[in-house]
Amino acid sequence: MAVEQTARRSETRAEAGLFTAEVGEIRRRLGREPNRVELAMFGVMWSEHCAYKHSKAALRRLPVAGRGVLQGPGENAGAVSVGDGWAAVFKMESHNHPSAVAPFHGAATGVGGIIRDILAMGARPIALLDSLRFGPPDDARVAPIIHGVVSGISAYGNSIGVPTVGGETVFAPCYRTNPLVNVACLGLARSDRLATSRAAGPGNPVVYLGARTGRDGIHGASFASAELAGDPRDRSAVQMGDPFTGKLLIEASLEALATGAVIAIQDMGAAGLTCAASEMSARGGLGMEIDLSRVPRREDGMTAEEVLLSESQERMLLIVQAGREDEVLRIGRRWGLEAVVIGRVIVPPRLAIREGGTPVAALDPRSLVDAPVYAPAAEEPAYLAEVRRVDPATFPPAPPRAALLALLAAPNIADKRWVYRRYDHMVQTNTVVLPGADAAVLRLKEAFPRGLALSADGNGRYCYLDPQAGGMLAVIEAAQNLACVGATPAAVTDCLNFASPERPEVFWTFREAIEGIAQACEALALPVVGGNVSFYNEAEGAIFPTPVIAMLGVLADVRCHATPGWKKDNDLVVLLGGGIPRLDGSEYLATVHGITAGLLRRPDLAGAVRLIECAREAVAQRLVSSAHDCADGGIAVALAECCIAGGRGARIAFALGRGERTDRVLFGEGAGRIVVSLSPEGLPALRRLAQRLAVPVQVLGAVGGRRLVIGPDDGPPDPWIDLGVDDLAAAAQGRVPAPPSHGAPR
Amino acid sequence: MDVGIVVFPGSNCDADTYHVVRDVLGHRAQYVWHEERTLDGLDAVILPGGFAHGDYLRAGAIAATSPVVRALRAYAAGGGVTLGICNGFQVLLEAGLLPGAMRPNACGEFRCECVHIRVERTDTPFTCALAAGEVLRLPIAHAEGNYYADPPTHRALLAGRQVAFRYCDASGATGPGANPNGSHDAIAGVASPTGAVVGLMPHPERASEGLLGGEDGRRIFDSLDRWVAARPPAAPAARAGLEVR
Repeated sequence: MAVEQTARRSETRAEAGLFTAEVGEIRRRLGREPNRVELAMFGVMWSEHCAYKHSKAALRRLPVAGRGVLQGPGENAGAVSVGDGWAAVFKMESHNHPSAVAPFHGAATGVGGIIRDILAMGARPIALLDSLRFGPPDDARVAPIIHGVVSGISAYGNSIGVPTVGGETVFAPCYRTNPLVNVACLGLARSDRLATSRAAGPGNPVVYLGARTGRDGIHGASFASAELAGDPRDRSAVQMGDPFTGKLLIEASLEALATGAVIAIQDMGAAGLTCAASEMSARGGLGMEIDLSRVPRREDGMTAEEVLLSESQERMLLIVQAGREDEVLRIGRRWGLEAVVIGRVIVPPRLAIREGGTPVAALDPRSLVDAPVYAPAAEEPAYLAEVRRVDPATFPPAPPRAALLALLAAPNIADKRWVYRRYDHMVQTNTVVLPGADAAVLRLKEAFPRGLALSADGNGRYCYLDPQAGGMLAVIEAAQNLACVGATPAAVTDCLNFASPERPEVFWTFREAIEGIAQACEALALPVVGGNVSFYNEAEGAIFPTPVIAMLGVLADVRCHATPGWKKDNDLVVLLGGGIPRLDGSEYLATVHGITAGLLRRPDLAGAVRLIECAREAVAQRLVSSAHDCADGGIAVALAECCIAGGRGARIAFALGRGERTDRVLFGEGAGRIVVSLSPEGLPALRRLAQRLAVPVQVLGAVGGRRLVIGPDDGPPDPWIDLGVDDLAAAAQGRVPAPPSHGAPR
Repeated sequence: MDVGIVVFPGSNCDADTYHVVRDVLGHRAQYVWHEERTLDGLDAVILPGGFAHGDYLRAGAIAATSPVVRALRAYAAGGGVTLGICNGFQVLLEAGLLPGAMRPNACGEFRCECVHIRVERTDTPFTCALAAGEVLRLPIAHAEGNYYADPPTHRALLAGRQVAFRYCDASGATGPGANPNGSHDAIAGVASPTGAVVGLMPHPERASEGLLGGEDGRRIFDSLDRWVAARPPAAPAARAGLEVR
């Protein structure tokens, strides 16, 4: 590794987005002055976005090994075995900065980029998930961003034929000028046919496949590595997506890989040709000679620097077995793509770039890839003591009926149909559980009856109050969601969204969140097979620390799955898990009392592991007819959602301790609880399972009627909540943010 | 039964349709690349959903000029049985093989959701196993499904019993609340005068397996099966030069 040092805020940014000390380091490594093009190449490769220089050391805390891991971090995406010789390949990436500047294209190219990372592993992309954060939807500045982002994902994902099967859409004021667009993609490949990006075989041709290179996205990696300052020139750093070409590239790449002639493959994404050529060379311990004059261009007059740094979309770089290049070039042309040999692999570890006969750059690819690694200062933020001092018990309890209706109507909880009905979530005909449930479930036609499940979760509010507990809770929430559909959690990919790591109080939250994620993953024996870090999300104020966890689960038999809705009248409603819910940091506190504060309790990880196993087993053995995780809004919201999804009511009774507050019982969060329903005859079997795993079981009531009635088990006859299922559904309907008055920003 | 599934570069429901025809229903299925010049020997041709050539302009407009659509004209003129699903329907309209045109959805957005359609005509290869007035629940997934026919064309459609399906509610009633895209006269699917060529916006291939939440779409493929079985066997024609993906 390279120099260890601490980046200081006072340190000025020099040329090409580099710190002054970094330019010195480049001179030292080269033993000479870099030319302008070389400096620009260092600039993008040593950007935070490409080099993870502030995060790399902290990320080492995450567990990466585990049963079934075929590829951990370090390649284009992680891969785990899902049985029968099949590998699930998945990864999540942010496209936050581009989406802030140009919501439509920023989000669309976020989809395109992550798809190509999966493709680079030799896998066919089979599902997308997106985790979105916006400011309040009724804010005039936010509505166009929401509209643009959702339209961009819709336009790209739908056309390319990869279903968008799930995700989350969360609103909070801190995301007003810092929208987060995190997109995860899942692919499927034969385990023994996974592709690599490691260059091999000196003399092998380097093939350019895909769209032409234009002037878009230049310095995109660098621009994503600093705070946005409203510079209109930022727009040129955003790439433009072309989903049709993206679709052609999927088919052409998979067909080329199937010939067996492709030695290595990588997307030309962030930092474009420079990144692909240097990473592929460095991974193989080799070099490359590249002639830029052979790179297909969209326009005349592009400089060498522009060609090397362009982040034009829908391009792959391939190393092909010498003598078989024509096979690959033919496939590319048949799909109507540019397919050209632009160079060859060489033995010396040297990236020798020329344009025709003119040398342009000569660099050791390892020096480009091995950027300096920093150990930034970390310091507990001062605000924590203040927000943690707030005791929710000092707020008067809100009337339960009104509070439930307010929570159901809150943008974070309300139905997100207005988002996901704009995404094709069914193409490829594998989607068994559609969006709107705890997790998406896909069948695998190739390995029936196996199935895969996916969930993406994160809670910025929790992480703001306690990043370590928030990191743990994100992992647990994702695992509970998978358990509710009957899947065994298998692996994690993460997307860590934070403000500037150069500020010690931000970096402290980053480290804490990683610690929480690591501990929860260790408890669940889950490897983190890949991930992405997005720093500098602090235009006009910092975001909440927002780690997002995308988790993959496996179902041995996809036919044995569950959904949240009640299925049958007279089924019992049973609560699994027995933690004590708290109002601290809850959606209730945020929605009803307008405050994000309180003291989170660190979750009981061992208890969570047992609950997850219990719920999964109950679903997989078909002991229960429905299952739903209690998350935002607590158990009252969970019960209401089961009613709405099932079109049936329920009568529920809670034991209330002396002096206990109804709002804490109904709307408290963070306790690790899952609501299931089942026929009364099934109860003994569920009790036996739960007893074996030491999971508390509590019968709360029964399904039936058209009303949700919740009250104390020994209390007066008038219940706390008595609402028609139609009223619940109407409250939760979800408001579509007003579209911009004249056209979407594109 | 031999079913050809046309593949344009941007088709994305070709594999889904292939799966249903071959793996669910047990027929012979083959992909037909868009540069193919003949469709002889096939019992039926399906144009699947997708974005044939990106469809940045008018959906299906470029595809309608492709070699395989020229072949399709000859195939259909000879009575060849053809189904266009979603983008395939758009291509059939653009090619003039079915009357009318598509506009962007009235809501201005892509819509992916389940809708109900009512069977309006039962003497076609794709509806012969269904009853008139029967209601099917099928998914839609499109941004340009707002069917339009000008008054003379619409009158001719009605006179020729060419409306194959209409959007409706679960009870079979049509109305603005049960029309997902603003289609004129709630038209969801159209047939040629003989009924041999049918196009519809909903996706029957997405509702042909119980595991995916519904099997109503399978009834459309079952109809085809019944139709082909009832037909006198044609002389098997050699199919040369088929490019199979």
